[in-house]
Amino acid sequence: MELKRTIKFEADRDPEFARWISHTVGGERIRHCLQCGLCSASCPLSLYMDYTPRRLMHLSREGFKEEVLSSSSIWLCTACYACMVECPKKINITHLMYALKQRAIEERFYPKRFPIPVMAQQFSRMVRDSGRITESWLILRVFLRTAIWRLLGMSGLGWKLFVAGRMTAKKEKVERRAEIRTLLDSVAATRKELAL
Amino acid sequence: MKYAYYPGCSLRGTGRAYEESLLAVFRALQIEVEELDDWNCCGATTYMSVDELTSYALAARNLALAERAHMDIIAPCAACYLVLNKTQRYIRDYPDIKLVVTRALDAIGLKYEDRVRVRHPLDIFLNEIGVKAIAAKVTRPLKGLKVAPYYGCQIVRPYATFDDQRNPTSMDRLLEACGAKVVPYLLKTRCCGGSQKGTLPDIGLHLIRYLIAEAQMNGADVIATVCPLCQFNLECFQKEAGSEHHPLSIPVLYFTQLMGLALGASAETIGLRRSLVPVEPVLEAKEIAYA
Repeated sequence: MELKRTIKFEADRDPEFARWISHTVGGERIRHCLQCGLCSASCPLSLYMDYTPRRLMHLSREGFKEEVLSSSSIWLCTACYACMVECPKKINITHLMYALKQRAIEERFYPKRFPIPVMAQQFSRMVRDSGRITESWLILRVFLRTAIWRLLGMSGLGWKLFVAGRMTAKKEKVERRAEIRTLLDSVAATRKELAL
Repeated sequence: MKYAYYPGCSLRGTGRAYEESLLAVFRALQIEVEELDDWNCCGATTYMSVDELTSYALAARNLALAERAHMDIIAPCAACYLVLNKTQRYIRDYPDIKLVVTRALDAIGLKYEDRVRVRHPLDIFLNEIGVKAIAAKVTRPLKGLKVAPYYGCQIVRPYATFDDQRNPTSMDRLLEACGAKVVPYLLKTRCCGGSQKGTLPDIGLHLIRYLIAEAQMNGADVIATVCPLCQFNLECFQKEAGSEHHPLSIPVLYFTQLMGLALGASAETIGLRRSLVPVEPVLEAKEIAYA
C-alpha cells in the first residue's frame, strides 16, 4: 500500500513560479485577486476543469507549480475572455492562461500525442514558411501527428467542404516571405539580447 | 474614405462566403476598400500559446502596412480583430514589447506609429453608414425571417468599444434594419469552443449543442454569425451535436449574407451555395426572393 501525504508543506511550494506568474505580461494584478469566483462562474468550460479559474489563480500565485502546470484547465481555456470582462479587479485572466500554456509547453507538462501543443507548433511552423495559414493543410498536419484514425471520420465533412469551395489544396502565401523570416529572426535576436 | 481590408486566413478557406458577402455589402453601401498589401497571418489564438512576443511582431507588420498606405483597417474575422487590437494596446503599455516590435519592423523597413484604427464591419456599418441609410437601401426586406444573432466571444470582448460586452446589440439593429425579426438569444456571446471541436471533441460538441438548441427553442429560422470559426462549428457539427430525441438542424449564415440578400445581391455573390445546411427552403417558405 502506497501512502501519500495529501497536504503540502510550505517548503513544497515553488517561489520562483509564483514570482514568474506575477511578472508575466498581463499578470501583474494577480496579487489583487479577491477569490470572488466570478471568473469560474462566467467560464463556459469551468464545469469540465479539474481546477476552476478561481482556484488556478490562487494556486499559481502561491507557487503550486506542479498542480497548475499539469492541470487540464490550461488546455480547456478557449480564450473567450468572459472572465476578464467580469473580473472586478481587472486581472487579465485570459492572458495568464496563455502564459501558463506556454510554460506547460516549454516544460512538457502534457500527455503524449496531445493535440493542442501539436496544433500550436504546426501553426507557427506554417506561419514561418508561408506567412499565412491554409486551414486544410493545418488540419491534415495535426491529425497526421496525433490521431490518424480520426481523419477517416472527418473525410465526409472534408469532401463536402471541398465541393462547396471552402477547402482547397492550394496554399495561401505571403508574397514577400523573406520579410516574415527576417521579422521572426529579429524578435528571436532581441529576446536573446535582452533576456526577455 | 478608403479602408484597408484585412481578410485573414479563414476568409480564404472555410469562410469564403464571409468574404464574398462582405464585399457585396461594401459595394451595395458604397464603402471603398482595398485589400491590405501582402498581409500576413495575425497569429490568432494559436500562436499566442507558443510565443506571445513573436505574435505581436506578426500582427504589427499588418498594422504598419496599413499605416504606410494611410488607411484604417477593417478586420471581419473575430480572431484578427482581437489580436490586432490587443497588439496595439500592448505596444502602448509595455516598453519591452514596443522595443521588440520596433526593431523587428525596422529590420524589414517598416514603421509603426500608432496611427491606424482597427475596426470591425459591424462598427463601420452601424456608426459610419447608420441604420437609417441601410434601411433606405433595402430592396428585399427579410420579412418574417426570425434570426438568432450570435456574436461569439472575441468581437466584443475584451476591447471593443462600439458595443456592450455582455449584451451587444449592433448586429440586432443591422438585421432589423434589413427587415428581419431578431429573436431573444441569451447565449449570444457564449463561446462556441473555438478549435476545441478538433482537439477535445466531446467538450466542443457540448458547447455547440447549447448554442443551437437555444436558438431553435426561441423559434429562430437561422443563426447569424460574425466569426468564421463560430460559423464553421455551428454549421458543420450541429448534426453530430444533436441526438435522436433532440435533432438539431438550422442554417448558420454570416450576418453579411443576410444583409447582402436584403440589399439585393444575388445568391451567387453572397456565397449562399457554400452552406452545408441549405437556407433556401427557409427563404422559400418565407417568400423571400434570393435569385
